[in-house]
Amino acid sequence: MSRPYLDAHVVVRRPGHTVDVRLTAEPGDVVAVIGPNGAGKSTFVRALAGVVPLDDGHVLCAGETWDRPGERRTEVRRRGVGMVFQSELLFPHLSALGNVAFGPRSRGVPRRTAEATARDWLARLGVDDLAGRRPAQLSGGQAQRVAIARALAAEPRLLLLDEPLSALDVGVAMALRLELSRHLADYAGVALLVTHDALDAMTVANRVLVIDDGRVAQEGTPAEVAQRPATDHVARLVGLNVLRGRSSGTTVRLADDSTVVTSTPAEGEVSACFSPAAVTLTVGEPHGSARNRWKGTVTSVAPHGAAVRVHLDAGAGLIADVTPASATQLALVPGAAVWATVKATEISVYGGEPAHNP
Amino acid sequence: MTARGPALGRAPARLLVPACVGVAFLGLPLLALLARTPWSDFLTRLTEPAILDALRLSMVTSLAAVAVVTAVGIPLAWALARVEFPGRTVVRAFVIVPLVLPPVVGGVALLSAFGRRGLLGAPLYDAFGVSLPFTTPAVVVAHAFVSLPFFVLSVEGALRATDREYDVVAATLGASRWTTFRRVSLPLAGPGLLAGLVLAWARALGEFGATITFAGNYPGTTRTMPNAIYVELQNDQQAALVLSVILMLVSVAVLALLRERWFDQAVHGPVRA
Amino acid sequence: MRTRTPALLLSLVATLALAGCGGSDASSGGGGSDQETGTLTVLAAASLTETFTTLAKDFEDRHPGVQVKLAFDSSATLAEQVTQGAPADVLATADERTMQTVVDAHGTAGDARLFATNHLQMVVPRDNPAGLKKFSDLERPGVKYVVCVDSAPCGKLAATVLEATGITAKPVSEEVDVKAVLGKVELGEADAGLVYATDAVAGGDKVRPIDIPTSNENLNSYPIAALADARKPALARDWVALVTGPTGRRVLADAGFGKP
Repeated sequence: MSRPYLDAHVVVRRPGHTVDVRLTAEPGDVVAVIGPNGAGKSTFVRALAGVVPLDDGHVLCAGETWDRPGERRTEVRRRGVGMVFQSELLFPHLSALGNVAFGPRSRGVPRRTAEATARDWLARLGVDDLAGRRPAQLSGGQAQRVAIARALAAEPRLLLLDEPLSALDVGVAMALRLELSRHLADYAGVALLVTHDALDAMTVANRVLVIDDGRVAQEGTPAEVAQRPATDHVARLVGLNVLRGRSSGTTVRLADDSTVVTSTPAEGEVSACFSPAAVTLTVGEPHGSARNRWKGTVTSVAPHGAAVRVHLDAGAGLIADVTPASATQLALVPGAAVWATVKATEISVYGGEPAHNP
Repeated sequence: MTARGPALGRAPARLLVPACVGVAFLGLPLLALLARTPWSDFLTRLTEPAILDALRLSMVTSLAAVAVVTAVGIPLAWALARVEFPGRTVVRAFVIVPLVLPPVVGGVALLSAFGRRGLLGAPLYDAFGVSLPFTTPAVVVAHAFVSLPFFVLSVEGALRATDREYDVVAATLGASRWTTFRRVSLPLAGPGLLAGLVLAWARALGEFGATITFAGNYPGTTRTMPNAIYVELQNDQQAALVLSVILMLVSVAVLALLRERWFDQAVHGPVRA
Repeated sequence: MRTRTPALLLSLVATLALAGCGGSDASSGGGGSDQETGTLTVLAAASLTETFTTLAKDFEDRHPGVQVKLAFDSSATLAEQVTQGAPADVLATADERTMQTVVDAHGTAGDARLFATNHLQMVVPRDNPAGLKKFSDLERPGVKYVVCVDSAPCGKLAATVLEATGITAKPVSEEVDVKAVLGKVELGEADAGLVYATDAVAGGDKVRPIDIPTSNENLNSYPIAALADARKPALARDWVALVTGPTGRRVLADAGFGKP
């Protein structure tokens, strides 16, 4: 059995909380590391980079031991780790070209060659016409592209992106997200994308690592994590509706005595999950075949990718995704009264015992 | 008729008046100096050999002092800003002491260390027969002693204001600590460095107490402009005025090179996007 | 000029009376100035440090309630300060030329009186690192000697003496006053220094004196004068009287000064 390309068990102890995360990966993997703020994602990633020393565990990559407490710890610069930060951190006194050429030049590549390589990478990221500009003259999206080029030009073995899209406008982030997924697909090493936005995970990564309170809450492909979230928290992180109750047949009785009708018979304590896209919102009382309807009040409205995500309070907290046009049409603002409906067939049921044949 | 003042209102008198007093306090003596100078024989005195000697000596020694201060001060500032070593606070205190020490006391301290009977000077004299006092290098030493703190504080401040994350970025890109210092930390501290250089030079140019105590006062060797002014003051006040004005004009010209922008960047760090 | 002739006359009588009685007892005679209190400010050449400090204690004993404030510096600096209007009551310089500048500027109340003379001596550090035995040894290569700057009386005198004795070797430094010269020799930084004989005495066993040929012909005469803008003119005159009187003469002679 061969060694994985990346074999990490990161244990970092801080007063108040501990980070204990395991991860293995192979070249070509793009792992989305998602979790709420303060979960320890950045600590985990910085420990892989070598900026934060391990208290326990190990980091092995490309056949080398990068960190084994008590034995050996490789300096940051010898690991070949590329990092892209939320705030770009382009060297202000160098041009975009100078920034991208910095990696190769630091390893002794002659200036001309390094600059040629740099131009190449800038072209791949679509910003080669900005080569002569200083970072202060670049927009957020342009700067982040240069930062990605800079990290990739150094030919890293491990690419760490720490919330690269968080500081960008929604539109800019959308475009860059798609480009990033293409570049990362071409990238030969292992890429880790830290984010608190599930959309990044779903569109860019081929694996998802959910970290909560310093520990791994779930690991799997984006589809697995989205459709079978292991905990409520994961579900909410990934943006699903979760209703807990006691199921009898296809009826689930919730704590407030209301019922949810599903299409999966089950017995016992269950979680009934459905995606925000499955929720229909109306202003007047709905008529139609949908078996589940709740009356609620809008608590927040925010853009989410190309849609609008509406949080409502309908006894339980619900999330609904609607088109921007609908949101305007229905006058969805916090405080507005709406009806939410979900088809029974859209609801998945986890937990409980499968019912016997009806 | 609406008054067109600045958007936030006019500057309040209770701030403007003391500010004007401050300007007058500083400006009046300098203007008086210019007014009292015998301009008619300014040029003839300027070209007197004794004056030219003193001027040349001051320039040479102050620039040499700046070179020494830069060579020693940059690494020291970097160590204080970037390296966690035990006793760092003590070292920083040592660096600041010459700032608050009266210059003559500084001169006495230099004698105690490097004089012919000094802690270091005595063994040096016994071994090689050389001693520092009464030589031009001694002037450079005295200048460097008083101006090093200015430089180190300025550069350390600029280095601290630079985001440490840049060091991390450089490391991930494969740069050694020396490369990071040379290509990232130092350029980013550039304005603070320049400001420190100019301050150090100005301080060295005007240094009197430590110089005359440690290095002595002899025309051509150790009689710098400030020494010459002091000597002339007892002899020929007109000559002293001329010398004072010359020194003042040189200093002002140097400070005019120092742009406000550099002070700003020295304090706030480089401008980020 | 202050017009306080009655008080002046009285103090003169009192001083003469004291002089006649031997002058060393602390009894005060009659006269308005003896009841005056406050601070008397005396500016004196650096070479008068020890003697004037002794005399100040004496003066304070004779004038209870009076504090003598002494400022020692190079004569030229002090003269400059007086002409610029520094508040002081008495000025004593190390040569007549410097005092003349003050007299010319109408800074003195009346004429200055000569009260002492001084001649130069060469001093070497106690352990005599350069092994100097006589004045002409200054000509030896590598000898480092210091003098006063030539704008100060001791500097002018040094220049005269060096020329008179035909010494061509140059000093390594020109210090601002004679005490600074003495200091450099005491510290051992200089191999030798040209100071007043009185400073050689004051240097004690830290320095060893070497006589300078012809120095007894080259003397500085020390004048003292009450100042025109004195705040305590009566006390000022008392001080002058003390310095020029028997007590002063004794203290000055003990220190190595010559007679005026």
